[in-house]
Amino acid sequence: MLSLETIFQEDNIHLFLQILFNQKHEALTTYLKDVFSNTSNVSIFALRFWKEVFKPPFEIKEFIRQCYLLGYKALPLVAITGFIMGLVLTIQSRPTMAKFGAEAWLPGMVALSMIKEVAPIITALICAGKISSGIGAELGSMKVTEQIDAMEVSAINPFKYLVVTRILATTLMVPILVVFADCIGIIGGFMGMNIHTDVTLFRYLHKILESLNFIDIVPATIKTFFFGFFIGMIGCYKGFTASNGTESVGRAANSAVVAASLAIFIIDMIAVQLTDLYANI
Amino acid sequence: MKTKESNTNNAVSPPNIINVSGLYISFGENNEVLKGINFQVKKGENLVVLGKSGSGKSVMIKCLVGLDKADKGELFVWGKDITKLTYEQLNAIRLRIGFLFQNAALYDSMSVRENLAFPLKRHSKNLTQIEIDKAVLNTLKDVGLEKSIDKMPSELSGGMRKRVGLARTLILKPEIILYDEPTTGLDPITSKEISELILSIQKKNKTTSVIITHDLACAKLTADRIIILRDGVVFMEGSYDELEQSKNEWVNSFFGIIN
Repeated sequence: MLSLETIFQEDNIHLFLQILFNQKHEALTTYLKDVFSNTSNVSIFALRFWKEVFKPPFEIKEFIRQCYLLGYKALPLVAITGFIMGLVLTIQSRPTMAKFGAEAWLPGMVALSMIKEVAPIITALICAGKISSGIGAELGSMKVTEQIDAMEVSAINPFKYLVVTRILATTLMVPILVVFADCIGIIGGFMGMNIHTDVTLFRYLHKILESLNFIDIVPATIKTFFFGFFIGMIGCYKGFTASNGTESVGRAANSAVVAASLAIFIIDMIAVQLTDLYANI
Repeated sequence: MKTKESNTNNAVSPPNIINVSGLYISFGENNEVLKGINFQVKKGENLVVLGKSGSGKSVMIKCLVGLDKADKGELFVWGKDITKLTYEQLNAIRLRIGFLFQNAALYDSMSVRENLAFPLKRHSKNLTQIEIDKAVLNTLKDVGLEKSIDKMPSELSGGMRKRVGLARTLILKPEIILYDEPTTGLDPITSKEISELILSIQKKNKTTSVIITHDLACAKLTADRIIILRDGVVFMEGSYDELEQSKNEWVNSFFGIIN
């Protein structure tokens, strides 16, 4: 190994930098290879989902069970978070709005923020943390303990039974959870309003409906279907492709959260751009 | 007793229902674990496969049900080459083959009853719930676990898990059962019970079995014939007594080490 003294001799600095650059270059190449390989594998996985989803037999019972497990069980967490977000958003925004004499616009602003961005993103991130990691860990553990193989040798298609049902359930349940978080957030906003002023629920809702348009609700809701699809798909992919070892179960759960969260922000960015384009046509 | 040089099929009757020839399996480059395995299994026979850990025994039986892919070779089961079947054709074969995994591979989220009923419900759509319950109970009786019907897998001991795994395998009435180390991790008494159970099932249901094991007591009790894998090929085959009396030093040490 080169000592520091030797490295800092003029001739060797050049050599050292070259080695460093080569190592970085190799690391970058490996990283890019991993990224492309993962992207292609996820795409193949997604294609398999679309191939299997329309093919009978349809796992209706398991789909309903997954909707209950993934959706209904996330309700309390989504409700608490949605309520707090609505409440906090109102309390934080009120002084600034009051400064400009625009306190009357507060219900509309809170509702718009909740529906367009806060509720979808926060709910999706909660689902990425709770649902995607849960699916990753569950399927990863099934893979490691050969339960998926056991299904396969019993002539039961594990992809259809485990993956398709979960992706469909998250695709359906995440939008429902987001709508639920919207409603709870708006109620939270109402409570926040009433800390300093006295507004009736009817007046509050009237102000909200006055400020909402079709373009505010529909695109925001459509993007949540994509959130749900990717939350389910990434969780399933990470779990279903876990390698044989208990360590990989934790890794599958962890990487599912990271990848799903990243996917949510990317989808959100694309959705906002598309909505903006549509609004400007 | 046959050595690898004289490893040919002399069986005339009953017919071979598993016929493996020239099977090559490798894990990555320069890591070939099976280098042209050849063996046959006759109908109703109990074949025990012995070999050192990592010699590819488990991968070999996983290839028989299409769970793992062979690099090269032919795997004929009931005259059909497993490597060339479509997914639907493979599933039709799988329905006639039972597989007991090393750790039983019970579905953690399901009770013992649900574990057994699950494959039955999927493949016997004309059965009523009462008939399914009856079949589950009868199969559990066969393995002596009818009292544990409503327990979850996490509440079962290692031996009980193996029995439930075996019951789940039996519920579809397979003609061939593949056992992947059925007695690993069990105490000698439970191991003997499982080995006796394998034997009684074979006698009762007239099944054909391929048993991967390191447990010589299990091999002695269950084997009609034993094959020993070494260096990726079938090194020797014969009955337990023949192999035990073998003059080959490696076979002697193999038997000695395990004993």
